[in-house]
Amino acid sequence: MSAVLGRRALLKGGVALGAGLTVGFRLFPRGRGATHAQTPGVFTPNQWLSIDRDGLVTITNSVPEMGQGSMTTTTIIIADELDADWKKIRVNQAPADPKRYANPITGSQSYGGSRGVRDHMEMWRKSAAAARQMLKQAAADEWGVPVDSVDTEPGVVVHRATGRKLAYGQLVDRAQALPVPQSPKLKTPDQFRYIGKNLHRLDSPEKATGRGIYGMDVQVPGMLVASIERPPVVSGGKVQSFDATAAKAIRGVKHVVQVTNGIAVVADRFPTAVAGRRALKVTWDLGPVAQVSSAQISSEYAKLSGQPGQVARKDGDVEKAMAAGGRTVEAAYEVPFLEHACMEPMNATAQVTPDGCVVWAPTQNPGSSQTTAARITGLPPEKVTVNTTLLGGGFGRRGETDFIVDAVETAKAVGAPVKLMWTREDDIQHGFYRPATYNVFRAALDAGGMPTAWWHRIVGPGILAQKGRMSGNTTVDPAAVAGARDLPYDIPNLQVEWLNKDFGVPVGYWRSVGSSQNAFITESFVDELAHAAGKDPFEYRRALLAKSPRHRAVLELAARRAGWGSAPPKGRGRGIAVAFSYGSYAAHVIEASVAADGAVRVHRVVCAIDCGIAVNPDQVKAQMEGGAVYGLTAALYGQITLDHGAVQQSNFHNYPMMRINEMPVVETYILDSGEAPGGLGEPGVPPVAPALCNALFALTGKRIRTLPIRTEELRKA
Amino acid sequence: MITLVVNGKQQRVDAVPDLPLLWAIREDLRLTGTKYGCGMALCGACTVHLDGSPIRSCVTPISAAAGKKVTTIEGLSAQGTHPVQRAWVELDVPQCGFCQSGQIMSAAALLAQKATPTDADIDTAMAGNICRCGTYQRIRAAIHRAAALKKGGAR
Repeated sequence: MSAVLGRRALLKGGVALGAGLTVGFRLFPRGRGATHAQTPGVFTPNQWLSIDRDGLVTITNSVPEMGQGSMTTTTIIIADELDADWKKIRVNQAPADPKRYANPITGSQSYGGSRGVRDHMEMWRKSAAAARQMLKQAAADEWGVPVDSVDTEPGVVVHRATGRKLAYGQLVDRAQALPVPQSPKLKTPDQFRYIGKNLHRLDSPEKATGRGIYGMDVQVPGMLVASIERPPVVSGGKVQSFDATAAKAIRGVKHVVQVTNGIAVVADRFPTAVAGRRALKVTWDLGPVAQVSSAQISSEYAKLSGQPGQVARKDGDVEKAMAAGGRTVEAAYEVPFLEHACMEPMNATAQVTPDGCVVWAPTQNPGSSQTTAARITGLPPEKVTVNTTLLGGGFGRRGETDFIVDAVETAKAVGAPVKLMWTREDDIQHGFYRPATYNVFRAALDAGGMPTAWWHRIVGPGILAQKGRMSGNTTVDPAAVAGARDLPYDIPNLQVEWLNKDFGVPVGYWRSVGSSQNAFITESFVDELAHAAGKDPFEYRRALLAKSPRHRAVLELAARRAGWGSAPPKGRGRGIAVAFSYGSYAAHVIEASVAADGAVRVHRVVCAIDCGIAVNPDQVKAQMEGGAVYGLTAALYGQITLDHGAVQQSNFHNYPMMRINEMPVVETYILDSGEAPGGLGEPGVPPVAPALCNALFALTGKRIRTLPIRTEELRKA
Repeated sequence: MITLVVNGKQQRVDAVPDLPLLWAIREDLRLTGTKYGCGMALCGACTVHLDGSPIRSCVTPISAAAGKKVTTIEGLSAQGTHPVQRAWVELDVPQCGFCQSGQIMSAAALLAQKATPTDADIDTAMAGNICRCGTYQRIRAAIHRAAALKKGGAR
């Protein structure tokens, strides 16, 4: 089996997909809208799959492979409904071509929000089911029997009565001549052959041998390598003037050109380009962000938190409930800016000629990469080919197109193919950061300790607001309040507000976005309420989740598997948290201890996940394992700070990542709810930080309200 | 001109002696399995073997590799059948996979030294390799599995 997006396919600058696959999800009669001739001997019922006379099934995966396993999951879904032979499948990565490959829900070829399975599953299943029905019809015609007397087994159609078989490859020409059924019958879950089984990832072999091609690995004949000297400030900096004399004197430096994001040094190899950058003399106009520092952001946020914000949710009357007396609890929480730190620094390769542009990029956003390159080159989008390579991490960072701009502008300027690479320092200092926010809470408890009122005000920037993508007359940025506005607890008086304060630091989608921080904030505060009420934090949540059965079910599963209620191992504290995000429900119980010097050790993470249907359970677990590490890294270490507009962190020594020696045991339990599929890349992150901090509170009595965790505050006196 | 022996093949690289070995491997020899992640020996994505020992090629000048044997992920085994690679596939360790060449080279060097590493040995040997996807639990399990495969007479 080949699942490799080979270098040769990449270099062809297009996708050797056998052409003629213009039949869309709506399963138009074949030919309508077709722009290419059909390839003889290839059955191409739609753009998602084709079968040749050898029976080889070629599946086109539109969702970039960034580690979440889309190459395999997409294939599982299509192969199952097609009843394909798992050993005779090849996978190609779709090019940018929104007419054929757009996500049917969002209508774009931008991939984030854990949307791979949940948005595409139905469409892929229908597309494959249509193909299977056509193959059955073709066999029935061949045998002269009714179509309902035939069935399929992997890669073959079988006549039930006689046991005769025809391989899919033998039916290609006949099937190709049939009309595409509009409402094909889907399998029932008990008929699934691959969905729900633990199938190996198709990309493991290439990733275990170094053969997989990431953006950084692209080679184009005649290619130069470039790196951009960027302003010292995180945003808004502009080149005032520069002197490239010394840079150009370096052997191997070919060009120095000014581009939107700085000065590009184009050379024969990457270290030479970087040396060229160091030799540049640039005078920068630093812009207004040069006035911004982290301490000032924090204090202004705190000051602003006394002002009313835009109301994101209002149930009952919080003011009245607060005034009614009873016990109140107040707290303030703060979270920092965070950078994604994909293992593969940003990069893209571009070639611009008068007739067309080809981009090779590790991108979550082939669609916008195409329109961006079209805008820069002045070419129509259909003249821009975008080849999506493997992504060395995505986490939301690669949905941006800044690195596409870099590559296309530079390639256009020098008239040669250019691989544009960022250093790790560029990557950390010029990101799109998870927003730093400040949060104030007030809650009122009744005589039994249960909350009668919950008031939460968030101060910070909004991602959509900053990007100018707020729809219509919306006043609340949905990304800013995700995980806070949809608080699942049954509290009669509830108000959530958002106050937009944007200091001009670029913000972006960071694995689980608003929920990543709002789950920490709300799940810590509800823990505070439980302790204030003198109740068990699990039982307290459970009682408040009567109207949210799926939250409650994962909470109960995690608690049971973790042995909640029994004493934790000596020296450890246990904490719990639950959150919904991106279509799935997750609950975590974490066991942690604290050394005398305050150092935190996480021992055990128990995760319960309800993602509706688990297409590949082992990879569901992989995503939960990864989500735990991502969430723990943020809680323990993650912090981007600014000094006069410049990011103070630069590489892994001062923006540290969790390492294997800190890795806890992660146990994942999948709750099979039989519901529609939910996301998986993101939902494993949100409950992690609060479960850890709640464990630390249980152990030390110290409530952590600011991330990252400051170990000096946990030090034993 | 510096002569290197990479994956058993003599190679001549036309570069200054302080060029980091990583870039000679990636850009001159076009062996792109070895990755750039930090440039400061902080992440381990660039790990290769120099005379059998794991080194960070991003901070190792090519002059230091002259006359020594360099092994990259491409040279670890001819068919991707080194026990560590087999264990990696068997346990589906990689997610995005970008760090995995470095992880595998570190793990292979560990097993060459210690046939049956403990969890503590693994922590010590592998703490220099960052995985942002968080595959550490599977890396640990796969190293134990590779140790077993190796003992079972695997190549």
